[in-house]
Amino acid sequence: MIIYILCFLLFLVGLYGVISKRNLIKIIIGIAIMEYSINLFFIMIGYIEGSSAPIISKGFEHVNFVDPLPQALILTSIVIGLATTALLLAVAIRLYQKYGTFDINKIRDLKG
Amino acid sequence: MNSLIPLFVILPLGAAFIMAIMGRFIKNINKYISSVIMILLFCLSLHFIFRTEGSFVYKVGGYEAVNGIPIAIYMVLDGLSKLILLIISLVGLLAIFYSISYTKQYTAERKFYVLFSLMIAGMNGVVISGDIFNIFVFLEIAAMSSYALVAFGVEKHQLEASFKYQVLGGVASLLILLTIGLIYWNTGTLNIADISRQLTVNCSSPEGISVFMKFISILLISGFGLKAAIFPFHTWLPDAHSSAPSPISAMLSGVLIKAIGIYVILRLFFNMFPLSYEISLTITILGTISMIIGGLLALGQWDIKRMLAYSSISQVGYIVLGVGIGMMLLASGGSKTIAALSITGGLFHLVNHSVFKGLLFLNAGAVEYRTGTRNMKKLGGLSQVLPITSNTSLIGSLAISGIPPFNGFFSKLIIIIAAIQARYYALAFLAVLVSVITIAYFMKLQKYTFFNTDGSKWVKKKISEVPFSMATSMIIMAMLCFALSLLIVPDVRAVILKPAVDVLVNYADYSTKILGM
Amino acid sequence: MKGMTLIVKKITQIICPIIFVFGIYIIIHGHLTPGGGFAGGVIMAGAFILQILANGNILPALRKEEEGLEFLESSAILGFLIIAGLGLLFSGSVVFFANFLNKGQLGKLISAGFIPIENIVIGAEVCAAIAAIFIALVVYKDEESK
Repeated sequence: MIIYILCFLLFLVGLYGVISKRNLIKIIIGIAIMEYSINLFFIMIGYIEGSSAPIISKGFEHVNFVDPLPQALILTSIVIGLATTALLLAVAIRLYQKYGTFDINKIRDLKG
Repeated sequence: MNSLIPLFVILPLGAAFIMAIMGRFIKNINKYISSVIMILLFCLSLHFIFRTEGSFVYKVGGYEAVNGIPIAIYMVLDGLSKLILLIISLVGLLAIFYSISYTKQYTAERKFYVLFSLMIAGMNGVVISGDIFNIFVFLEIAAMSSYALVAFGVEKHQLEASFKYQVLGGVASLLILLTIGLIYWNTGTLNIADISRQLTVNCSSPEGISVFMKFISILLISGFGLKAAIFPFHTWLPDAHSSAPSPISAMLSGVLIKAIGIYVILRLFFNMFPLSYEISLTITILGTISMIIGGLLALGQWDIKRMLAYSSISQVGYIVLGVGIGMMLLASGGSKTIAALSITGGLFHLVNHSVFKGLLFLNAGAVEYRTGTRNMKKLGGLSQVLPITSNTSLIGSLAISGIPPFNGFFSKLIIIIAAIQARYYALAFLAVLVSVITIAYFMKLQKYTFFNTDGSKWVKKKISEVPFSMATSMIIMAMLCFALSLLIVPDVRAVILKPAVDVLVNYADYSTKILGM
Repeated sequence: MKGMTLIVKKITQIICPIIFVFGIYIIIHGHLTPGGGFAGGVIMAGAFILQILANGNILPALRKEEEGLEFLESSAILGFLIIAGLGLLFSGSVVFFANFLNKGQLGKLISAGFIPIENIVIGAEVCAAIAAIFIALVVYKDEESK
């Protein structure tokens, strides 16, 4: 159980970074940490003690496998995370060009 | 017939990448390809609404269920999905037609259509997919292209709004992903129908749902509430929706927040989780608060598109209120007829809102296109120089403020009647009050933008009416504001709205029906 | 961006083809061993990125390369969709993503129907996409320093 709680703590660390940091790049890092914690969580829920990797090959046809579905989901989620991070970084670079700073206290023309 | 279902995703997705290749070589071809694709999608959704009955299941890859456990990816098309698909393709078609003239001001014009098609593919995918992980994947496709489209102008404000939207949208997506993990951990499946079966077997006790399920529900409300901009998660919406190009604002406000926010909330909380009174009460209260807050904040705005964006928050509150009342009644064992009436009101308002809010954003875009500003203090007297824009905008404003005989009146009336019948008098009173506030800020919009000729420099200037394609889209939308009033007639309602309401009212049938196919 | 020293350039020249071939190996064995289109594509893109980092860049050439990569990326995705759509035509029943080819024998290189073909297409797409993202970020950064 403790391992799941640690994983959730990692999620909260990322959330803390997103909420409290003032630097665009640090916010992006916070989002990345949240994402990795969730990926870790998925891998853990698919794990079954004492079983092998889910690849069928000679001599391994009838042993216990870990659940392969979360791993497939995580592969998809990693790809999505890659795209999200790339887009965030591209916008951050453009913002730096326009404002000359990464500090979000100085980037606040919009009030909403 | 159901082999046509994957076309809703294949067509826009394929078109997006064909356009990415062809647009480089042939000028303007993207406009034609995307218009044709939107017309095809519109015909397809009309076909499913009028020619077919009941729900369809499409198993991707053709894998049949093993021992009653579904293993393929399910695409589910029932009454609710049909309705949302119709709205997506209708507003999308008009928005793309409007963009043909509007996007001439951008340098990377061809990429606009590519991103637009991707967004349509994402939204269609969310609506037809029958398992939660695919909802997440398609939701990310739709959200990602909308992030890029908000920043499309690459000016200071667009970039800032897009960054804010991306950070909050990213957090929302991660909350949703975390919830998917928790649900999979608990039930061992991802198919919505199968999850529903597992949950009703395992997790329903006499005292209602367990604490763990409540935790999951709250996480889901936060995630999809962020996407749907329900209070207290609304802060990104005014920035993002006012900074985007106008046809995109119309799509975001009119369709996107409903397809990836409201629709998923409805689907999951009616058809997947066992209904519980606490959760429905939470949803209703959040809807009511966002209705009031959005209305009050809209009063003080001087930027046309910001005012419309705040108004979106308020109107989405109406939709959630209507559906939430129905949900509370169903959960507490109240009358099913009143619940059905209330849900009808909510869904009717959803349809109406996508039409008139789309229209109003297109009007704001037309004003900006000709005058170069969105600030109401600098505008005035435009009714004399932009007659089409002015008149259609007047129709849109009347419709959204709930003046008969426009569609907004009837949907608000149904919601208020349902609230009174269900004895939630306070909610009914608040709905009427917010309707009055709505009239107030739209009168302000009309007066300062179109009618007030005092000291206006625009009357003397020679500006002409907007180009043909923009004017046509606005006129069609204005006519739809009249035509949708017809949905109040029971015969018309039985074709379009009733199948969707039935899916939600008979919430428990979903899982057996889908698993049986 | 300026290039690095002669030692780095020389080592890169030797090591890049090996990384590239390893990426291809991962892709075509995707249905037998861990890895597949995405992992192999990332490795192949790594070879590209290493070249750019070591040898420095000339902006006009990079822009041209980015366009080519975008083209490759779009056509690869289109190829993926077409192969998936072929199932609609050839699978007997009208099924999207139907595995209509012969499944072959377990553990052989040519087996598992159309999955290896889809893996190759995905590999091309991921390689092009990641290299294009990297080049786009480099181009933005260089524009900014001007």
